[in-house]
Amino acid sequence: MSKFTFPESIKSRPVYGTLAMRDGPAHLLVADGHGAEAILDVATPIMMTKAHIIYLPKGEKFANRLRSLNPISFYSGPSYSAATSRLVKVLSDAKMGLQVYLAGTEGLIGQAQNAAMEAGIPHNAIQTEHRGSIARRMQCVHCKGITEDVEIDPFICEHCGLSLFVRDHYSRRLAAYQGVCIDAEDPGNIPKSKGIYE
Amino acid sequence: MTIQFNDETFRDDYSFFNSERAIKRFPFPFHEDSYMYSVNMEQHRGGPVDSIYEKRFDVDEHYVAEMRDRALVLADDPLRCQSLPHMTLAGWDLLELIMVTKSEDYPDLFKLHRDGNKWRWVNKPLGIDDKFVFLDETTLPYGPMEYITRQAQGDFCVLDQRDDNLWMDAGMVTTQADWSLDFDIGMNFFEWHAPVPLAHEKGIFVRALKFLLNIQQGAPARRLNWTMTVNPLLDTSPENYHKWGIQKTTLTPKNIGAKQHLRVELQTFFRLPRSNGLVFPIRCYLCSFQDIMTVPKWGRRLHRVIRDLPEELATYKGFIDNRPMMLEYLKNFDDGLPTSLGIWPEIDTEPKLQK
Amino acid sequence: MSGIEKIQVVVTNIVRLNELVTRFEFKRTDGKLLPTFSGGAHTVVEMQDGEITRLNPYSLMSDPMCQRAYAISVRRDDEGRGGSLFMHNKVSVGDNMVISYPINLFSLDLRAKKHLFIAGGIGITPFLAQIKQLDRFNGYWNLHYSCRSESLGSYVDELTDQHPNETHVYYDDKDQQIDLVKLLEGQPLGTHVYVCGPKGMIDWVCNTASKEGWPREAIHYEEFLAPKPGKPFEVKLAVSGKVIQVGEQESLLEAIEREGIDAPYLCRGGACGQCETAVIDYAGNFIHRDHWLGEDEHKSGQKIMPCVSRFEGKILVLDR
Repeated sequence: MSKFTFPESIKSRPVYGTLAMRDGPAHLLVADGHGAEAILDVATPIMMTKAHIIYLPKGEKFANRLRSLNPISFYSGPSYSAATSRLVKVLSDAKMGLQVYLAGTEGLIGQAQNAAMEAGIPHNAIQTEHRGSIARRMQCVHCKGITEDVEIDPFICEHCGLSLFVRDHYSRRLAAYQGVCIDAEDPGNIPKSKGIYE
Repeated sequence: MTIQFNDETFRDDYSFFNSERAIKRFPFPFHEDSYMYSVNMEQHRGGPVDSIYEKRFDVDEHYVAEMRDRALVLADDPLRCQSLPHMTLAGWDLLELIMVTKSEDYPDLFKLHRDGNKWRWVNKPLGIDDKFVFLDETTLPYGPMEYITRQAQGDFCVLDQRDDNLWMDAGMVTTQADWSLDFDIGMNFFEWHAPVPLAHEKGIFVRALKFLLNIQQGAPARRLNWTMTVNPLLDTSPENYHKWGIQKTTLTPKNIGAKQHLRVELQTFFRLPRSNGLVFPIRCYLCSFQDIMTVPKWGRRLHRVIRDLPEELATYKGFIDNRPMMLEYLKNFDDGLPTSLGIWPEIDTEPKLQK
Repeated sequence: MSGIEKIQVVVTNIVRLNELVTRFEFKRTDGKLLPTFSGGAHTVVEMQDGEITRLNPYSLMSDPMCQRAYAISVRRDDEGRGGSLFMHNKVSVGDNMVISYPINLFSLDLRAKKHLFIAGGIGITPFLAQIKQLDRFNGYWNLHYSCRSESLGSYVDELTDQHPNETHVYYDDKDQQIDLVKLLEGQPLGTHVYVCGPKGMIDWVCNTASKEGWPREAIHYEEFLAPKPGKPFEVKLAVSGKVIQVGEQESLLEAIEREGIDAPYLCRGGACGQCETAVIDYAGNFIHRDHWLGEDEHKSGQKIMPCVSRFEGKILVLDR
């Protein structure tokens, strides 16, 4: 799958790179959907002798190929929420020098990055590569509810029902972009939604 | 000077008002007839008598009403005050800074008695007389930052300094110009300023950060910032934007003088000694257009600044739609005469309006 | 001057710890309390050494919460330009001195789940204050302290008495060495390492940690370089319109200050970046010794850090 090039944006918007192996006593690789391809690209047999892989297929069929890389541990699960305790366990057992690699959608990358930061890894030290869907994880600034996988702008907050426009302002702590009421100054005047990058 | 505290509101009936004294000491933010971003920092070491620069933390006639408004905001949304776990020591730093300076600068209003760790704090305007143990959170009703900032006008961003950057890791933010602490907490200096247009390209933030990182103990700094608010609404939060945004559409040529307010932030910066953090108090002053127009120099200048402001800035500051109506009003107070440099009103030396 | 607040103090105690290191204690001349500070902070001590005013930074090693007195420890450097010799030989109890407000360029990262301190020799001093700060708030720390010999082990007894489980001491003359790789490998996620000591030790710790996969943000070091003597040279200061001579025993920054020109500084040891000065014109070679400018900047001939760096050549014009 070809990689999407995000347009240049403001300083709070995450920038994704390309995974590259770095020295360290252990490696943790987390991916969803097409993020598996980024893991397959970076994995080497030596790296796998000290690697843990956590994967959320989301309908894609890469699980067997990842498993056959023979990492120390491999987990494949239905959702980020389901994988959380597994991720936290790997992090709490880890020592300084652990290298973290995240690949896939922005929602997955953001949430896993947050878990790694909580464990004490600075965000700059966490490698990320975007693959797959360009949907965003959005926080409604009004009701604080998170709407996952938002592809259009404006969109309707699935918690409070307000029509929100999609900002590029991003919070690592919330792993979400900010959504703000679009018709506050002109109630009912809501432009037709289009794709976020259209 | 004894302060007469106003009985007033910043919501619903908006009974907020400025006395003549308050208008005269309003921090008019434009030192010349045009405006562009700059790193307009200066040392915060006093200023003219009774100006807002005179004391380290200015206490004015709005103190009691502003603290009442803050309590209402927090009751509605406690997320406006947050402190990440490593910021507790900085919170104590802030409590100490405010208690010590206010009791020195306003001895008739605030008293601090210290006997080792055993402290007693008396806040007469708010009727508070509390004993607590310094550095022991269990002896205060709130965390140290929340406790003291419920008693201090203005918002407070408490910044951690590390990796050659400043991090918005704690704050009390209820009188903000449309930004969310709950969203921005944990961000670095460039990230929380990310939505500001033009300034990044001009290198403003790189220079400002360099200046701020080097602010030392005992040498605080300050600057002014500004925006526009319809009605004297302190809590222009993004959280409630869907409720207050509509008020921007209620301006008419008739009510604009009373309803449209220039909103000025006195931003100060103090190094916090025990944590090596930095506190960034953002004190908000509101003044209606019609009150500003009582100072001829300010009337002339405000018209020229608003008229010539780049479109991006008028959009970012949220008044692009109302600018034409503002200019219709303001042009009546601009007779084309030159103005003297500097922010002070100069009522005695500047000519009266020639119209 | 330079945005740094000064404090008038009196020397209240001088304690010779061993052959090389002496502790000096200061109280305020006016009897008031000193400012609190954070562990890792230093103060710049002004020394009136005849015609020369020396400004040397020393880490504050007393309890940051204690406002009655400050303490610094000074290692005698017989090869240096004389600052430490002045402190050792010419300062007596009762002397009035001027010191700066505390400045911290080696702060604890208070988010750390664990603080790992690695000290070499006199590099122990900032950690003494940091340990006192952490102890008060139940911080989790370990110290690995390398000294030349037992007799030169400043504060070893105090540390091992009060913190027997946290303190690990290594003596060079007994061939004891920190097993750094093993030490770093065993640390839990969220550990920050801090190193203060000779340049060789700092490089060793930073490079090893980096090779072991430690993030840059989790590695902290402090090394104040003392300015080195060198050949005299002439400088033209474009802004103030003066031509000045930099003597063999003084730094460029000291020469600028001697001429009464206000130049910014914080660390005076090539680390903080505050005194960075633009070069307008030059013909000759720079002797860059700071940690602040990158290699490219050193080569560019456009910037110099006058606190530690020098110049050899015909023409040097600075934007000062």
